Amino acid sequence: MSGPGFTPEQMMTVAAARALTSDDVCFVGIGAPSSACNVARLTHAPGITLIYESGTIGAAPKVLPLSIGDGELCETAVTTVSVPEMFRYWLQGGRITVGFLSAAQLDRYGNINTTVIGDYHHPKTRLPGGGGAPEIATSCGEVFITMKQSLRGMVEKIDFFTSFGHGDGGDARAKLGISTKGPTLLVTDLAVWKPDPETKEFMVTSLHPGVTGDAVQATCGWKVKFADRLEETAPPSGLELATLRDLKARSDHD
Amino acid sequence: MVKFCSLAEALAENLFDGDSVAFEGFTHLIPHAAAHEAIRQGRQELTLIRMTPDLVYDQMVGMGMAKKLIFSYLGNPGVGLLRRCRDAIENCHPRAVEIEEHSHAGMANAYEAGAAGLPLAVFRGYRGAGLTEVNPNIRSVTCPFTGETLAAVPALRPDVTFIHAQKANRKGDVLVEGIVGIQKEAVLAAKRAVVTVEEVVEDFADVHPNCCVLPQWTIRAIAVVPGGAHPSYAHGYYARDNATYLEWDHIAADRESFRAWMKIHVLDAKPEVFASRVGHLRRAA
Repeated sequence: MSGPGFTPEQMMTVAAARALTSDDVCFVGIGAPSSACNVARLTHAPGITLIYESGTIGAAPKVLPLSIGDGELCETAVTTVSVPEMFRYWLQGGRITVGFLSAAQLDRYGNINTTVIGDYHHPKTRLPGGGGAPEIATSCGEVFITMKQSLRGMVEKIDFFTSFGHGDGGDARAKLGISTKGPTLLVTDLAVWKPDPETKEFMVTSLHPGVTGDAVQATCGWKVKFADRLEETAPPSGLELATLRDLKARSDHD
Repeated sequence: MVKFCSLAEALAENLFDGDSVAFEGFTHLIPHAAAHEAIRQGRQELTLIRMTPDLVYDQMVGMGMAKKLIFSYLGNPGVGLLRRCRDAIENCHPRAVEIEEHSHAGMANAYEAGAAGLPLAVFRGYRGAGLTEVNPNIRSVTCPFTGETLAAVPALRPDVTFIHAQKANRKGDVLVEGIVGIQKEAVLAAKRAVVTVEEVVEDFADVHPNCCVLPQWTIRAIAVVPGGAHPSYAHGYYARDNATYLEWDHIAADRESFRAWMKIHVLDAKPEVFASRVGHLRRAA
């Protein structure tokens, strides 16, 4: 627990939620992204459309789903389509403004690994893999990433390119013929990060309340760059915190 | 002509050693009872196809039935890793398993191509993805009209697909509701299809005309197995047993506890036990 009555994880979820608007159509990854997206829907972004890869469009769950295909999502959705339709018409069709992802390993350019630790063919740890993420990362208008900081998670070099971010930086996406923006926001338990407009390397733009630059560096495997005008993230409001707590309390598996 | 029969008979007549087989259900309607019957009948050398291998393939891989796994998400959804699949891939226990890994978009398109009778699926995908370097079945084609480079994967054509569904009518037409996932494509892509259902009703007179119905002539066999998707769920019948998904993480963590669990709950069990497993989940649906 940090001093002021909220945890770093709650700060992370709330800061990530604030990046979403009522106009967004958001492809929701499970876990931390799902919490953030539903806090946004229940606070400042009631018009947001949440899409889960099971085919549920406009889901409004009262409890946080454990999986991307819980019945709650279908029961509250505007419509439920098949999985091929989801990936062809809605994602590939360019109808989704934001893809919200998490990562096991992340590099400074927003490339994500959720596939293996170690060599692909002889892995030290076989992780779940990409699921919908490889195409979410390239077909959504932009990508938000949220994860807790750690030296294991935020690394100089990821072991596998599950989902392409900005490659080795600069115009790497354009070179591959990708016209979407890619990662434009990283929210961790310590800070808000945005890519440098030229190099595309993630820079810290805002520190959460009580967090120092040293603390950010101590849990990040690459040399951290800080924006010239470093801000402090506003702490969670009473409404944001109450909404998140209520949501978690209703979800018995959390 | 579809045949109503016991699950044991449906499985014995449609799944053979060495087959490529899809037990499908995208989080919802996973045919657990059918997979357990395959485990009891001891099928071997299978190529297991599923977008999300889930607990059902963790169990089959852990029992050494698979020579190959074709998949796009190898996790326990919302919980973590699939520990029996990990043991097979990392340590070749109980045997080595060849893997062919895709993204969800790749698998969904490949099933759709199989259902459509095409040799391949073409879509905009895998751009910048490491899978292109480790899966030789991910290739590319150039659009003859625009010159755009697009991803290509071979169509999925399983020897047999098993799905669970809510209900069949007396004629053998099958209704799928809720998260329909990949059920229709997986059935139409396969050479043979077997369906387990919650119940059989007289007819579908009260069903909306645009519902997902698989006509009886697309299915080889139907077995009535109430609760047959557990711990997955059947929309309108019973809820997903999230507690079991969480518990599986501990059961599958250890080779001995896994074998012991499988003996009690699968090898020494019968399809009829599934109904009792969903009793407490019916109200929640």
